[in-house]
Amino acid sequence: MVVERPVERLGLIGWLHKNLFSTWYNILLTLLSLALIVAVVQPLLIWVLTQAEWDVVMVNLRLLLIGFFPLDQIWRVWVCLAATMALLGLSRGIWPHIVGGVAPVYGAGLLLLALLPIELNQRLWLVLCGGLVFAGAALSRFLVQRSNQRIIGWVAMGWVLLLPLTLWLLRGFGLVLPVIETSEWGGLLLTLVMAISGVVFAFPLGVLLAIGRRSELPAFRWFCTISIEVVRGVPLVTVLFMFLIMLPLFIPGSESTDNIARAIIGLTIFTSAYIAENVRGGLQAIPRGQFEAAKAIGLNPVFSMLLIILPQALRIVIPSNVNQFISLLKDTSLVVAAGGGIRELLGMADSLMGQAEFQGKQAEVLLFAGLIYWILAYSLTYVSKRLEQHIQRHTT
Amino acid sequence: MNLMHPDPPQPSDGMIICNDVHKWFGEFHALRGITTTVQRGEVLVIFGPSGSGKSTFIRCLNRLEEHQLGQITIDGIELTSDIRNIEAIRSEVGMVFQQFNLFPHLTVLENITLAPIWVRRWPKGRAREVAMDLLERVGIVTQASKYPGQLSGGQQQRVAIARALAMQPKIMLFDEPTSALDPEMIKEVLDVMMELAASGMTMLVVTHEMGFAREVAHRLLFFDHGQIVEEGTPEHMFNDPQEERTQQFLAQILS
Repeated sequence: MVVERPVERLGLIGWLHKNLFSTWYNILLTLLSLALIVAVVQPLLIWVLTQAEWDVVMVNLRLLLIGFFPLDQIWRVWVCLAATMALLGLSRGIWPHIVGGVAPVYGAGLLLLALLPIELNQRLWLVLCGGLVFAGAALSRFLVQRSNQRIIGWVAMGWVLLLPLTLWLLRGFGLVLPVIETSEWGGLLLTLVMAISGVVFAFPLGVLLAIGRRSELPAFRWFCTISIEVVRGVPLVTVLFMFLIMLPLFIPGSESTDNIARAIIGLTIFTSAYIAENVRGGLQAIPRGQFEAAKAIGLNPVFSMLLIILPQALRIVIPSNVNQFISLLKDTSLVVAAGGGIRELLGMADSLMGQAEFQGKQAEVLLFAGLIYWILAYSLTYVSKRLEQHIQRHTT
Repeated sequence: MNLMHPDPPQPSDGMIICNDVHKWFGEFHALRGITTTVQRGEVLVIFGPSGSGKSTFIRCLNRLEEHQLGQITIDGIELTSDIRNIEAIRSEVGMVFQQFNLFPHLTVLENITLAPIWVRRWPKGRAREVAMDLLERVGIVTQASKYPGQLSGGQQQRVAIARALAMQPKIMLFDEPTSALDPEMIKEVLDVMMELAASGMTMLVVTHEMGFAREVAHRLLFFDHGQIVEEGTPEHMFNDPQEERTQQFLAQILS
């Protein structure tokens, strides 16, 4: 006898009753929350839409986004953005469950920005970048459906090459392209360069430190442990101050080195210590049987770490590492406090407030900067959550 | 009936030669002078109370544990701390664990092809073919692309056997392979092990499945307090055990 499982049907009223008004204290909480939302959101919306003067952002948009990057070379920034968006789109087609809504939202966002009153040139670049997201997604979806697996390798390779390519394109290094000193970089561009470089360098360093801390060689283990604990015991501002201000005092000649590079080194060292501790937690969570099974089939310690232990350990620590990356993204703003005259997104916002014609417009500038930080941080959270769910679904 | 060698055995005598093997965990003397020789193609069942050193003994044979006194020689190579010897021996000795210890982040097929590809350096195509043949042999060829977490315990243990066999080992070690299984899954694993024994594999099996021992084993070792208390053929051990401790233990587990 087959018995159909009864289907629960809730109308709107039923849903409201079940989720918001089921008991007297839920009724109370619902009403209180509603009151709070109205009290906060209503005045904010009214201010944003009717009272705020967004001129300060519109006039200084270029400074906020790319700093003093020369206008005649701005195409280099656009090419980097276009490459990133193309990769994002391609990834969406290959891993729709992981990338999810991020790609279409970014693509649509860029297309909407093209509606702003800006130069035709920039508008065309925006349309190109937004269009590449959708074109990339369509292309890779088509190829994957044709079971062309090679596209996956190409896209992974693209992500790996993206940072070195971007740095080369932006700075130039005198090869083919004229050099643009990093002192001319600024705004969001600089925030992203520092945050992404920091992640890319800190991650492998952190994994090595974590493995070293569990090493059986005492000298190596002590070196890693001491490095991690010293860095974790010091505030980030101190580390940045050390690299930006103190280093040139101690080491003659180092004042002429690039201070963005020195800031990135500071951020990398700081972040790698925290990543090392996250990864160490993951390594500790791997049962002894996994190490034994790897040994028993004849894997040497390096293969066993790379093929068996690390892939499992890193999966466990995805949420805490993404947390660390979000922290890093926002902590890049501390380079301003450390001194050295770097003007990333928040530093640029800060200096705009000093402009005479926009006196008293702090709220607009800060809200704009905050919105950008939030969009980036939330995208990371969103993708990491879906990545976790994907792994969960596919291994159990 | 005593198969123990009166003299220190020579390398040509057997696949595994253990001579007065001792092992301590801190102050605890876990193995107290194990001397035995396992012939090529022999199926050995090791049983005894928990803590008697039977698992420790077979884990010494592929150096998951390190013995501190005595000699162990596997297929003519003596186990020392020389890392190359250890890796050479590990690739000749397959091991199946109580808790399966499959790699949860890899599919069934990847679990089996990993060692042939990375240790034996086989091309992927060949490793895959061998793996699919082995999955056929252990009866789960349809599960190749699943992850271990999606299989039953009995299926996981059969994958673990296939993973060990993929290295084409000369010796298979089984450390209580059915102890973590639900009762209805024990038979499917024992069937695979019986088929393997019939194919002439040299096997050392730590188990309390006395039906399996009676039917398949050439020789049984009874361990207690880190020593081989008694050894002999199944007929000898089940019908005419000489030592009082063997009699008591068998009476307990066969009742």
